[in-house]
Formats: sequence, C-alpha cells, structure tokens
Amino acid sequence: MTNSFGELANAKLIFCIGTNMTEAHPVASYYVKQAVQKGAKLIVCDPRKHALAREATIFAQLKVGSDIALLNGIMNVLISEDLYDKAYVAANCTDFETLKAKVLEYPPERAAEISGVPVATIREIAHTMAAIHPAMLCYTLGITEHTCGKNNVMSTANLQMLLGNVGVECGGVNPFRGQNNVQGACDMGALPNVFPGYQKVADPAAREKFQKAWGVDKLPDKPGLMIPDMLEGLLSKKVRGFYIFGENLAETEPNMTHVEKCLKACDFIVCQDIFLTETAKLAHVVLPGTCWGEDDGTFASSERRVSRVRKVKKPAYDARPNWWIFREIARRLGQDWASTSGQELWDNEVSVLAPALAGIKYRRIEKNGLQWPCPTLEHPGTAVMHRNGKFTQGKGVFKAVDWTPPAEVPDAEYPFVLSTGRRLYHYHTRTQTARCGMDQILPEETADISPQDAARLKITDGERILVASRRGQVKVKARVTEQMPPGMVWMAFHFREGNANWLTKDAFDPETKTAEYKACAVRIAKL
Amino acid sequence: MKLTIDRTTVEAQPGQTILQVARAHGIYIPTLCYHEKTGAASKCRVCAVVVEGMRGLQLACSVPAKDGMVIHTDTAEARDTQRLVVNLLLSTGTHDCLACEKNGVCELQDAAYHLGIMKPAFVIDSGRGEERPDDSSAFIVRDHARCIACGRCVVSCSKNVINRVLDFGYRGSETRVICDDDRPMGDSSCVQCGECVQLCPVGALVEKKAIGKARTWELSKVRTTCPYCGVGCQLDLHVKGEQIVKVTGVEEGLPNRGYLCVKGRFGYDFPYAEDRLKTPLIKENGAFRPASWDEALDLVASKFKDIIAQSGPDAVAGVSCARSINEDSYQMQKLFRAVFRTNNIDHCART
Repeated sequence: MTNSFGELANAKLIFCIGTNMTEAHPVASYYVKQAVQKGAKLIVCDPRKHALAREATIFAQLKVGSDIALLNGIMNVLISEDLYDKAYVAANCTDFETLKAKVLEYPPERAAEISGVPVATIREIAHTMAAIHPAMLCYTLGITEHTCGKNNVMSTANLQMLLGNVGVECGGVNPFRGQNNVQGACDMGALPNVFPGYQKVADPAAREKFQKAWGVDKLPDKPGLMIPDMLEGLLSKKVRGFYIFGENLAETEPNMTHVEKCLKACDFIVCQDIFLTETAKLAHVVLPGTCWGEDDGTFASSERRVSRVRKVKKPAYDARPNWWIFREIARRLGQDWASTSGQELWDNEVSVLAPALAGIKYRRIEKNGLQWPCPTLEHPGTAVMHRNGKFTQGKGVFKAVDWTPPAEVPDAEYPFVLSTGRRLYHYHTRTQTARCGMDQILPEETADISPQDAARLKITDGERILVASRRGQVKVKARVTEQMPPGMVWMAFHFREGNANWLTKDAFDPETKTAEYKACAVRIAKL
Repeated sequence: MKLTIDRTTVEAQPGQTILQVARAHGIYIPTLCYHEKTGAASKCRVCAVVVEGMRGLQLACSVPAKDGMVIHTDTAEARDTQRLVVNLLLSTGTHDCLACEKNGVCELQDAAYHLGIMKPAFVIDSGRGEERPDDSSAFIVRDHARCIACGRCVVSCSKNVINRVLDFGYRGSETRVICDDDRPMGDSSCVQCGECVQLCPVGALVEKKAIGKARTWELSKVRTTCPYCGVGCQLDLHVKGEQIVKVTGVEEGLPNRGYLCVKGRFGYDFPYAEDRLKTPLIKENGAFRPASWDEALDLVASKFKDIIAQSGPDAVAGVSCARSINEDSYQMQKLFRAVFRTNNIDHCART
C-alpha cells in the first residue's frame, strides 16, 4: 500500500475494486464504513453485490475480468471532458500521451459493452472522482488474480496518477495483502529476483554486498523460478529437490489434479510445517516447525508496518524454530551462521542489509510497529509514499494497457464463469481455522449462485449440486444469494471436499505468474 | 486552561469533558456508559458531580471543561447520587460476582467498590436471574441478567464496526439489547467480531471459549500481531501459564485501534492442536516413520547436496511461508542463495 489503513476512516472518497473487504480484511472495512457514515463517498466495483457494495454510493457490477475496460472507460471520460489533474500529471508523470491515445479507444459506450456497467454509471464514477480530491483506491486479489493481473494493477495506478491522487494522505494505490506476512516474505527476498529489501540479484553491486555480508562468493545472478514454473519443473525433472515451508500447495494452487501430479513426480520433497497437510503427505521428509505464538519475530503488514510477534508458549512437542532448521542445514553444508534468535537475525542482518529497514530495530517496535521506508534510527517511518507526487523511482510512468479477456471464458458446454476467493470464517485451507471452532459457523463449501439461475435450473438453496470444469468436478451445496449476478458461480478453497481449485485453471499472468483464480468456465447441474 | 477538581488544580485541553480531564489526571469518577470509542451517552448517570456556579448535579462525561471551573466529585450530594445510581443498577439484574468472568475487571464492581457499597440497598426480583444466557453463537455468550443497558455494545456495533446487529429493544424496565429483530445471537446476522465484548463494562458479553479458564488476575497480557490477513492487527493475548485464554485488540495499537474480526479474536487455538507434527518424519516404503532431528536434517542436507552435485544448483527450489515471521523467510532465502547457490526461492507473493 502506498498509504495506511487508518487513513481510510478519514477519506473523502474511496474507490474499491476487486476487494471483498468485509470478509477478507474486516478491520479495514470498519474504517471504510466509518468514513461513509461521516459523509464520504464510496465507489465499489465488483462482480458480486457483496456486503461492502451495499454501503456504496455508486456500485458498478462489472463482469468478471473486465476491469481494464471499465478503468479505461472512466479515464476516457476524465481526459475527453478535461477533468483530470493536469498540473499533477505535467509535474510528476510521463507517457501521458500514450495513455491518452489508448484510453480514447475506450469511450464509455465500448467500456459499457465489455464491462456490463452502464454508460451513465461510468460517467458518474468519473465525475465523482473528478469532483472529490483525493480518493483512496483499494484493491485486492480481484485485480491481481487474472492473466491480465499486472495490467489491471497498472490501470489502477494510471487512474490514481491521472487524478493526482498518489502521494497524498487519504489517497494512493492500496492493495490489501491476503496473508499476515506475505508483505514481509517479499521484503525478506523470498522472491526469485531480489535479495532482502528488493535489491536485485542481477545487480553486481547487490551481489557483492550480500557476498560480503554472508561470507560467500559467487552468489547466483540469474533470477530463479516462480512457483508455477517450479511445479512444471518437477514434471520435467528440471527441478528434483523441492523444499516447501508452510504452504499447502496441493490445495492452494489452481488445477489441483495437475498440481498433485507435479508433486508426485518430484524426486525429493521436504515439507516444513505445523500440521501434516495434504502437501506434507506427499513429502519424503517432514520437519515440524514452530508456529505463531512459539517464537519471537516480526510480521510486515500491507501498510509496510513491521510489528512484533511474540512467544507465549514452548514449541509443541519436538517442533523447532524455523530459522534454526535452516541454520542447521546450512551448518551441515559447511556454513556457520552467527544469528541465533529472531532479534539477532533482524537487528544484525535484515536491518543492516535492507536500506529501507535500516531504522527499524526491535527496541523501536516494542509497542506500535514502524512503516518502511525507515532508513535511519531517527526516522519515524513512512505512512504515505511518493509524497507530493515525488515518486521513489523518479517520474510516475503511465502504462497504456488494453483489456484482454480471461484465458477461459464461458461457452455452450461450460456456460458459467467461476470466480473464487475467501470467506470470513475461514482462512485458506483451514489448517488454522479448522482447529479454532470456525467450522461451527461455516462447516462446508458452497457454490454461490444467483436466484435467477437457481430458479431457471430448479436448484433450491442448500441443495447439493455438481460444479464441473474442464479440469475437474465437485459436489457442493448451492447457496442461492442476491449477491450473485446471473451467469456466475463463486466458491472458496477452504475445504478439500468442494475446493474450488479442483476446477480453477492453471493459466497465469505472463509476467507475475499469478494464476487466474478469478475466472474460468464451469457448468452446474442438479445431482 | 486550568480547572480545579476536588481541590486540585489540573491542566485541561480544549474540547475535553470534565471526565476526560479527570481521567487524564488519575482522578476516578465512577462512570459506566462512557467509553472513548463510543463517546458520551449520558445514559448511566453515575458520573454525577458538582460544578460550582451550575445548578444541580452535572454529568462529568457530558460537560465540556472550561477555564477556571471548580468541580467536586466527592461532596455528600455527589456521592449519594453516585451511590444511588449504582445501587439502582445493582438492583436490576443478577450482579453476583462469584463465578462471573469479569470479576476483577468489572466496571460496575469497581464503582461499587469505590463508593463503598457493601451490600446492594435495594432488592428487586427482576426475574432476570431465571433467564438463561444466550449461548447460541459460536464465540460470544450474552447474559441479559448482567446487562446494565449502558449502550456501548449498541453504539460500537452501529457506529464503529458498523455491522448493525445490536440495538435496544423493548421499553422502560424491560429495555434490553437485542440482535436483529430479537433473535438469538447465533441465528442473527452477527459476524462475531467481538467488539461489543471488548467494550462491555460488565459480564453481559463474554468470550465463550474463555469461560472457566482463568480468574482475571491470573492472566498476563502479551502483545503480538494477528496471524491472519494482511491488515496486521495488534492483539493482546491474555495468557495463563502457556495457554491463551482470550484475545483482545490493543486499543492504542496501529493500525487496528482495538478492532478485530472473528478470526483475530477467536482463531487462536491452533498452536495447541493435538495433531501438531510431533517429530521429524521420514517416508519409507510409502509410509512415514518418526526420526530424530539429526537423522532428518542429515538426510535433507545430503539429498540436496547430491541433487546439486548431479544436476546443478537450479535443480533445487524452495517455497517460503507467508505466515511465518520475517526472520524465517530471510533465513530460508539465505539458505537457497548462499548455500544452495540458486535463486529458485519464492512464496505465494502474488496470490
């Protein structure tokens, strides 16, 4: 996020696209609702009329995967009616002409045809955003989990730069992270192309720095594989040893049947986890690591805030700290690493090596955490990035992007579009929530469908139905809800029985390799 | 500006109420309905004080502080009124502290203690004691018999978390907090965020899983960060020994200012699950057998060494954990880069 969660409560205008905040990030939704209660305008763009949509001043019920068409349509109105922030664009951005040429190809009528959002609504959104400054734009996986995910993200940034909304309080481009420390795992360089602190592995100076710090030579300079390519590598035997730490890939990746085939093809899998997950069952060696509450450390949240995590109990049974396990393997392969606690790792290594984290030490985050960039020990942390349009990278670059349809769209055989996500009462594959009593509230998966489709197919609420795609099929209860538009099915991946990932398509954004969890074609039938 | 409370001169900020000034200076004025997050409701009438120059008693929670104001919280008139109101509240319902989860942290009990109420002055059989608590929801127990109708829960549900479930129903002495159109909480639209529990001054709303687990004074608070979504809410774990008994949001914590959701507040049992992995496991002939750490780690190290020797460093790959601490992810990428010599390290960064 360029901005911070707390700003939502004071925002004048909030634009939410592809975020089911009341379920996936409930506390953020409280702030949005508080702002609305104080008079803020709320624009919600989503295929489902979910709880947040009911709070909206303007609700745009777009078709799955039509985000760019809608956003280009809004920008078309802003530019053709001369309503954008010309001074901001001139002072802080480049490539405006390219953007302009592209969005002029998307008059509201065309945007409406692709997105299903009426022309009048597109104009109303543009006029509202032109009239109220700043606006805080929020998105979640509804934007990223598409084959055009990267372009979707670019498009949201285009809109915010065009309106001069980046670099101001209660503005910005704000993706909400799905997991407690997905931001932190990125910050720490658990990515194939960067060291901790986003220092590129291809950069000789960065390699030199880490070689010196780690006392090694010849750190690899070629970016590595992303998860989908690792899985394919298992099949082709390009990858023979696979180390999976705390992720249940067998149930979270799209097209589970194929993923299982990939994992079973691997010569040697190590799983380090807290439970014997479906993935761990396929491993050759399973290592029990500590979990939340059993070790001292830090998480980094979506708003780039590094906060403390504390130990309250001994590790269960013979579980060991995860950093200890990695250290022991390194020791067996000839390297003795100095740090022997979370604090030593952070204070003596991470914060020393990552410039944006240099000012964050455990002693400074005993209470509230600090938001990076926090380059020095005196720095208060950064709530708003790119202040006054002064972008970290220099100028804000507009990226002209075209709308592209999802990799698989409904047809005669599979006439429904399936979109997936998370529900309030569970979290991912329920490794945690199933053991906390949440099943009392939500005991099984459902396929959410519209009343219109239910009536047409004579399906009643709670009836078990078949949902099938080209990759698999599941039998689940139908949940008939006004939230759903006709022609769409929505499911989650919390339960192995009825996991949406038996159905989802392993199609990926070509650059980010994010799977298109939000769109594939299915059919539904009575059993 | 300066004002005098009980003969002590204190500093006040513009916009503060008498109650806020008193609290800022550690002066106790009994109050039950006011909470920083829900504001002054002027409902419970317990915080009655004397303000020189103003007619009648004033409610400290509702009167703005003014320069030169002289306030008495402890005159006979003020104390008698405070005592009367607390006694009336004690008479409406079942306020027996013996097995109450809030014993020791109950604001009604605090008020009675400070006002020296040894025995409730009125005994009225309100019939509330006969009513069973509403334990129909997964995580929250509502006990109308302990409710003092202060309204904090109603305000927090409608103005803070804005789930709009709780409201006042019925009238007069029958007034009670209801869910939706007066349904059991478990059948209502309540999403179990528990903000009402966090703000309840008495034992009318309590965490179901905590009942009977610990006396309040046996608990110590440990601050941590929530293990669920990416908001990063700050939690206080209330711990007895090694057991998390309940979770509350840190009121001054950023970014959540005390707010939580159902998972953050009630999803804390998994570290204690009996089916946690107990030892390292090695698969032999298709089945796992327990192994020592040395055996398992030796095997992992030698297998990866062999694969790298045979097929090169890029023949190994790793996926780190987006739930574990930063320090673990740092260490894992270091293992892959500095020891295995590959950049094949990723995690679910983009999903």
